[in-house]
Amino acid sequence: MSRIELKHIDKFYGENHVLRDLNLVIEDGDFMTLLGPSGCGKTTTLRVVSGLEKPQNGVMTIDGQEMINADMAYYAEPSKRGLNLVFQSYALWPHMTVRENITFGLKIQKLPKAEIEKRLMDSLRMMRIEEYIDRYPNELSGGQQQRVAIARAVASNPKLLLLDEPLSNLDARLRIDMRSELQRLHRELGTTIIYVTHDQVEALTMSTKIALFKAGELSQVATPMELYMNPIDLQAADFIGNPRINFLEGAATYENGKLRVKCELSEYEFDKADMTDEPIPDGEFPVVVAIRPEQVHISTEKVEGGLPVSVYANQPAGSETLVSLQAGKSDFLAKEIGLSHYDVNQTVYVTIAPEKINIYDAKSTRLIKRAR
Amino acid sequence: MKTKRARRPFSKVRLKNQILNVVTNPFNMIVFITLIILFCLIVIPLLQMIASTFTVGTRSEAREAGAAVGSFTLYYWKYILTSYLAKATLWGPLKNSLVIGFFTVVVSVPLGSILAWLIVRTDIPCKKLLGMLVVIPYMIPSWCKALSWLAVFRNKTSGALGFLAGMGIPIPDWLAYGPVAIVLCMSLHYYAFSYIQVSSALRSINSELEEMGEICGATKPQILKSITLPLVMPSILSAVVMTLSKSIGTYGVAANLGNRIGYFTLATKMKTFISGGPQGVGYAMSIVLIFLAAMIIFSNQKIIGVRKSYATIGGKGGRSTEMRLGKAKGPLMVFCVVFLFLAMVMPMFVLVMETFQVTTGNGYGLSNLTLYNWIGAVNEAEKYTSYPGIFRNPEFGKAMWNTIRLTALGSIITALCGQFLGYISTRGRGKWYGSLTEQLVFVPYLMSGVAFSSMYVAMFNRPRLGGIIPALYGTFALIVLTSVVKHFPFASRSGTANMMQISTELEEAADINGANFWQRMGRIVLPLAKNGFISGFMLTFISIAKELDLIIIMMDKHTQTMSYLAFTYSQEGMNQMADAISVCVLFFILICYIIANRFGADIGKAW
Repeated sequence: MSRIELKHIDKFYGENHVLRDLNLVIEDGDFMTLLGPSGCGKTTTLRVVSGLEKPQNGVMTIDGQEMINADMAYYAEPSKRGLNLVFQSYALWPHMTVRENITFGLKIQKLPKAEIEKRLMDSLRMMRIEEYIDRYPNELSGGQQQRVAIARAVASNPKLLLLDEPLSNLDARLRIDMRSELQRLHRELGTTIIYVTHDQVEALTMSTKIALFKAGELSQVATPMELYMNPIDLQAADFIGNPRINFLEGAATYENGKLRVKCELSEYEFDKADMTDEPIPDGEFPVVVAIRPEQVHISTEKVEGGLPVSVYANQPAGSETLVSLQAGKSDFLAKEIGLSHYDVNQTVYVTIAPEKINIYDAKSTRLIKRAR
Repeated sequence: MKTKRARRPFSKVRLKNQILNVVTNPFNMIVFITLIILFCLIVIPLLQMIASTFTVGTRSEAREAGAAVGSFTLYYWKYILTSYLAKATLWGPLKNSLVIGFFTVVVSVPLGSILAWLIVRTDIPCKKLLGMLVVIPYMIPSWCKALSWLAVFRNKTSGALGFLAGMGIPIPDWLAYGPVAIVLCMSLHYYAFSYIQVSSALRSINSELEEMGEICGATKPQILKSITLPLVMPSILSAVVMTLSKSIGTYGVAANLGNRIGYFTLATKMKTFISGGPQGVGYAMSIVLIFLAAMIIFSNQKIIGVRKSYATIGGKGGRSTEMRLGKAKGPLMVFCVVFLFLAMVMPMFVLVMETFQVTTGNGYGLSNLTLYNWIGAVNEAEKYTSYPGIFRNPEFGKAMWNTIRLTALGSIITALCGQFLGYISTRGRGKWYGSLTEQLVFVPYLMSGVAFSSMYVAMFNRPRLGGIIPALYGTFALIVLTSVVKHFPFASRSGTANMMQISTELEEAADINGANFWQRMGRIVLPLAKNGFISGFMLTFISIAKELDLIIIMMDKHTQTMSYLAFTYSQEGMNQMADAISVCVLFFILICYIIANRFGADIGKAW
């Protein structure tokens, strides 16, 4: 149970600046996911927190206690930070059985025998792997090794649990099972968790908060819903969501507290209350209208406020159907739940709730109008 | 992504923490101590030897050089480069060395490559057995081969007759001794370099590449020439380099087969100077040898540096279909059998039989057979000799004990250091101390055995650094030390390969669980390194047991090993006893090899 604060962290590898002035607060009990494409610095951040890497600049505190002070060249040892880490490769010691793997750290701490045994059994039970206690790691499947790795980390009663892409080596089915397992673990332990992944679905489904990384910098820290509804810039909007968000070019003017936006679909007018604090250019300026595919509703008959568009392609996939549509020169995608069928070149009518639309300044790429 | 880091103002706490960070990390201290030791064992001796070629050594040399003992002189360099003796001292032996090196390459590289191709790539019968037998000649020390060569070809020039001369076949001197004998002997040893290099390259090539050629309509010789050969070319070239630098520096073969007729190579001539003086001349010659080896190796890296990479590409999996030899199968099989017969069976047979002969070259009639050379007492001898049979000779017992002591001690220390150095170079990969360690450790590889040990003799013949490094000349410790450092390149290579397999994450996981450096080493790294350690140890063990060149300069009556004893007996004309000792050495090595194989040691990694 702890609150982690990272202030002005800089990490260089030689001349390479991998973490740039990173500021992040992780509240007590958070399930914080560090999300971003590979090479953006999320694993480095995790290793800085764990103490395996020493940043060149910045301060880190855990529960108000200084763990890193680069100005004073002070770095607390990893084992003195009250945390534990699950590696992407699991890093199970191949020459030790499951029991030895889990009790290794406890024996080094010289805990009493009864306590070690209790923690061993508790963590095994929690990860449901009691029957494998005397096996060696190479006698376990990937999913079982994964559970042992988590059990080993949990057994030390860490105040802070770090997980580095723990599910990336598992097959798709196991991954879904482990997602709910990890959520349960978070609830039962109440431990603060920092979780690194490049998989947005993992991030959106498990976290209480997501920190979105972009090239060594934090671009947005928000709850999963907020991140999905209102990505802070075009890049973030493009990264989050599957199928991808629709981008339509448009032009906008801002007068008398009203934002007027024109694009090939329609014309919209938005209230000042829905707008962000980003600076608005004068006169007419180019914008990008962003619409989530599931917000596009299709009707085969003419409806009130429906815009006529033509069907370009139809991709039924069982539980959902993706429909590619064309309005003038712009293509966009609609997602419907369940099976539906449209003919190619058929004219359909689409309605989109204006409050669900995001508007981005095309030049600065920043969000200027939020969705509700 | 490039930004300059800001400089921070000076702070006492910061400085204190920085120093504490460095000093309290045992890894840093170990790296520091290792670098100091490597510096003392490699850099200082090298500098010391270079310096000694510019310093007047003894009083008699001082008279000739016209300068006081200990003062600067160019006398030694002039001696070998420009004096009227230069031709006999340097240029003649240099030419001989180069000729031997060149022809050894010409014979051994094609031989080894063809054997490799036959055994890896074709459907030749009994592949497994052939593959095992074909490395056995390499297990036989090269000086041992020279002795069996003599046992077969010796003629009147050096007293007792050999096997062929004894059968009445006239053996000319040019065949029995000198360059032809040396080249053939070395080729039957160093073919193994090409065999090992090329066969591992061939194994890593996906046979689909060849099959594609077949589909395109190429004939078998065309495929060989334009697909297979270019792919293994880098390994062949590196085998050429190894063979060349090794054969130029080899002492045992050249001395056994050349000295009796006054045929000297750089290595043998250098030994004469180092043991007989002026030593400065010997040291100058060994610098020439080091320079030569370094040039060969670096030119090799320049030529194939980048292209080297594709030899290993596609090393994973890859199907391998054998090439059908068809009609050529018979003749090629005969070729393999003849090779094995000439390289292994025949010399071994003659060598073993000679140990039972009263007079060599007198046939194997019962009247000429005796066990005297093994177990005889002095008064039982049929011919005059002052030595009893080797098993009754206390010198032999002592030599055996020395051999076992040296190999066991030397290989344990070497293998341990190798793992250690491997740990430092893998964990310091990309950092200055990692590459410095790798480079320092590589230096002994550049030196031939005789050059290397002469460097150590120069270094340790008196106390250095005000007595911190004691004078070790003539001690057993120096022989162990020399063997250990000379085997550093190989040992640390096997250590590096071993440590690469242990992911740093395994250590980091232990770190986070609270294990300190020593606990991490003891409970994680060492247990995981165990298997690699054992195989590295066995290979070093064999290599040290075979060694003659490296330690021959330092040997005396008290420290001599079996190899050296055999060498001296052979020089004294006690051929049967020399052979008997060689047979013991061979036996010893083969047993070690079998044990090493049990532990999965790969002979392909033992140079």
